[in-house]
Amino acid sequence: MSTTGVHPGSALPDSRESNYLTHKSGLGSWMMTLDHKRIGVMYLISILVAFLLGGIFAMLVRTEHLTPKETIMSADTYNQVFTLHGAVMIFLVIIPGIPAAMGNFVLPIMLGAKDVAFPRLNLCSYYLYVVGTVMALASIALGAVDTGWTFYTPYSTTTNTAVIWMVMGAFVLGFSSIFTGLNFIVTIHRLRPPGMTWFRMPLFLWALYATAIIQLLATPVLGITVVLLAVEKAFHIGIFDPQLGGDPVLFQHFFWFYSHPAVYIMILPAMGVISELISVFSHKHIFGYKFIAYSSVAIAILGFLVWGHHMFTSGQSSLANMIFSALTFSVSIPSAIKVFNWLATMFKGSISLETPMCYALSFIFIFGIGGLTGLFLGTLATDIHLHDTYFVVAHFHYVMFGTMIAFVGALHYWWPKMTGRMYSEFWGRIACALIFLGMNITFFTQFVMGSHGMPRRYFNYIEQFASYHQLSTVGAFIQGIGFIVVAIYLAHSLFRGRRAPANPWGGNSLEWHCSSPPPHDNFAVTPTVGDCYDYSGWQYDAQIGGYIPRPVGAEH
Amino acid sequence: MNQHEAHGSEHPSFLAHHFATPRQQFEAGKLGMWLFLSTEILLFSGLFCAYAVYRANHPEIFVYAHHFLDSTLGAINTVVLICSSFTMAWAVRSAQLGQKKRLCVLLAFTILCGFGFMGIKFIEYRHKWHAGLLPGKHYNPQAHEGDHAPVSGHADEAEHQPTTTAARHPVESAAVEPEHQAATTPASTPASSTASEEHTLQVPPTIGPAGLAAPVTTTADVHAEESTDEKVKNVQIFFSIYFAMTGLHGLHVLAGMSVIGWVLWRSMRGEFGPLYYTPVDLAGLYWHLVDLIWIYLFPLLYLIH
Repeated sequence: MSTTGVHPGSALPDSRESNYLTHKSGLGSWMMTLDHKRIGVMYLISILVAFLLGGIFAMLVRTEHLTPKETIMSADTYNQVFTLHGAVMIFLVIIPGIPAAMGNFVLPIMLGAKDVAFPRLNLCSYYLYVVGTVMALASIALGAVDTGWTFYTPYSTTTNTAVIWMVMGAFVLGFSSIFTGLNFIVTIHRLRPPGMTWFRMPLFLWALYATAIIQLLATPVLGITVVLLAVEKAFHIGIFDPQLGGDPVLFQHFFWFYSHPAVYIMILPAMGVISELISVFSHKHIFGYKFIAYSSVAIAILGFLVWGHHMFTSGQSSLANMIFSALTFSVSIPSAIKVFNWLATMFKGSISLETPMCYALSFIFIFGIGGLTGLFLGTLATDIHLHDTYFVVAHFHYVMFGTMIAFVGALHYWWPKMTGRMYSEFWGRIACALIFLGMNITFFTQFVMGSHGMPRRYFNYIEQFASYHQLSTVGAFIQGIGFIVVAIYLAHSLFRGRRAPANPWGGNSLEWHCSSPPPHDNFAVTPTVGDCYDYSGWQYDAQIGGYIPRPVGAEH
Repeated sequence: MNQHEAHGSEHPSFLAHHFATPRQQFEAGKLGMWLFLSTEILLFSGLFCAYAVYRANHPEIFVYAHHFLDSTLGAINTVVLICSSFTMAWAVRSAQLGQKKRLCVLLAFTILCGFGFMGIKFIEYRHKWHAGLLPGKHYNPQAHEGDHAPVSGHADEAEHQPTTTAARHPVESAAVEPEHQAATTPASTPASSTASEEHTLQVPPTIGPAGLAAPVTTTADVHAEESTDEKVKNVQIFFSIYFAMTGLHGLHVLAGMSVIGWVLWRSMRGEFGPLYYTPVDLAGLYWHLVDLIWIYLFPLLYLIH
């Protein structure tokens, strides 16, 4: 067991001999581990595999759209592929992405705790994730679902595809998500060491806390919804079936009561990551700490009140439409607070454009566009025109892809901590540029064709949209290449990468106070907690390629 | 919540390595349980919501259909569950006081109450199964009653006697009473003609989705001609909701019984005492929630006026 904590430089050699990766060996020690770091790594691997699958489905969809008629697949296959792309990316990748993989790894360390509150529940969440994933993917073999990821009734209850497998997979994944959120809330409430007050927590933890609230309160509603859907499909109980006196619009209400807050489950942790990255790589104290912290909670609360904006064209009363529209606009306030505070943090900072910072800047740009185009969709009059067009697809991807950008940024930021290796900065920046460029080419084109009336989810399209679709597909391929580059240099770094110093970026939250990779029980002695955004205690040491504590009394 | 192997000399055996004190561990477990209970409430809230929407839009279905439920059996079940909550709370106290024997007896009694509840629920379900009072497209009262009832569908007594335990009515009048009500009130009006019952299963296209968007009045208007018959439109919706809610609740009762069974097993091994009784406490919280949900379900489903 290593003795580490305050002096990262001196702790380094020690931790190479014993860290969380080498603590015990053998497959069994991973499968049955209760260590939050190992569980985080297992989540990460699973999620990356799911991301690869979802990405392949995305490429297939875009390739199909190279020509207005059939290109590489039949219309039925197309319906299944875009459904799988949506379901895999949302339920298997983005929702668990940052909280379950990154959050599991760093939350207890950032807090100064030895583990999450319920380690066995944590492992249970992971296996629920695996089971849910297998169930959802089994649907491919058992008659791939073709309903779109929204599973709208009555089509989903009458189609012959394996909807039950997919939705029960979503049910199990939901419980995985609930238990992760529950674990995080209890950990943050009960396992903070002395001195770690609420307002000394890194903003990433505030974001995870707000996310966990949504996971806890929204996901059970999805649970009962998909159970009712499965029972409806299996036994025709008629709750959502108009032929039996049921109400299909009720399904939409239930579904969006979860799925709108769910987009905040996806975006809030990303915002938390960005708050860390912007401050660390500007080498400047975060601006407006409390505003960013409270805006996370505000987004979590407001997110519960806006689900009706998905149903402006579903026959809601105009009064309900107006209320939902107004509430939707109100979400932009806390979101904008965050963006302005990030910009103010960078103002007069000493910005270094390392790979994670490149992703952070990409996020701000992309999220800015994604957020602003949301206003067009929240406006009743324009939504009638834009509803169910590619404009919605583009808006959604600008926001959700922002999350993926933040996820990849977080992966680069904590990669040295997780693996103990540095990746190639050069290739990191190239890949980031490719992904950013490809993303904008893909989806900005879709804004244009959506506003011209190209409906979403269509297999064929009229000739006038051909050039837009082709440009969009080219953009998708550029993104694909970008992600392949990332995969190659990250894999390469595992074997050939430079040994990572304890603090490569100069961050001051507690994970940078323990060695890379961290020892099995994080901290031998409970660490002293200071201001995690005060970087004055660190100075760059070219010899180890990272930051070391500034000698006491030294000028800077 | 967590029972780990001992990690350090100063750690009691029940204290997991990442907690500093037993108190911290207890409070973490308790907070975790309360959060879990909130997710359970939200799980049920979807069904309560569906109930509210359908009852607001079609109150007549609920008024008509609830007569088929036996409120006496429902009331007995309510009493059974409240008793079990009492013994559960007492069990927690016994665990805190280290009274091992009393703890085990009380937990066993709580599980017994759970069995009692499920038994009565089974009787109710079986009756509905035989009477064809089933959700959605399976709702088909006379088909099943036809199998059992000797001749005329009109005679309410004859119609219900063979199908249920109500057969021995003079003796068990208390339990049977509501069944009679159920038989007299609704059955006398519509149960007669096959044609009209067939009709209820097919919603005329003019009505459309019978939900949020559909004005309530249309149903009444369109079928004003058929007068009382209009009452029984879409009765299957009530039974869909009834089975969904009580079914999900029943699953929770079973889950609660299993958890208490596990706690009982650990109690018999003498694991709990004044220093460590977290699992008893948490299982108790869960059981009270299951009880509480039934206390809402009972009036909402059985006692409609």
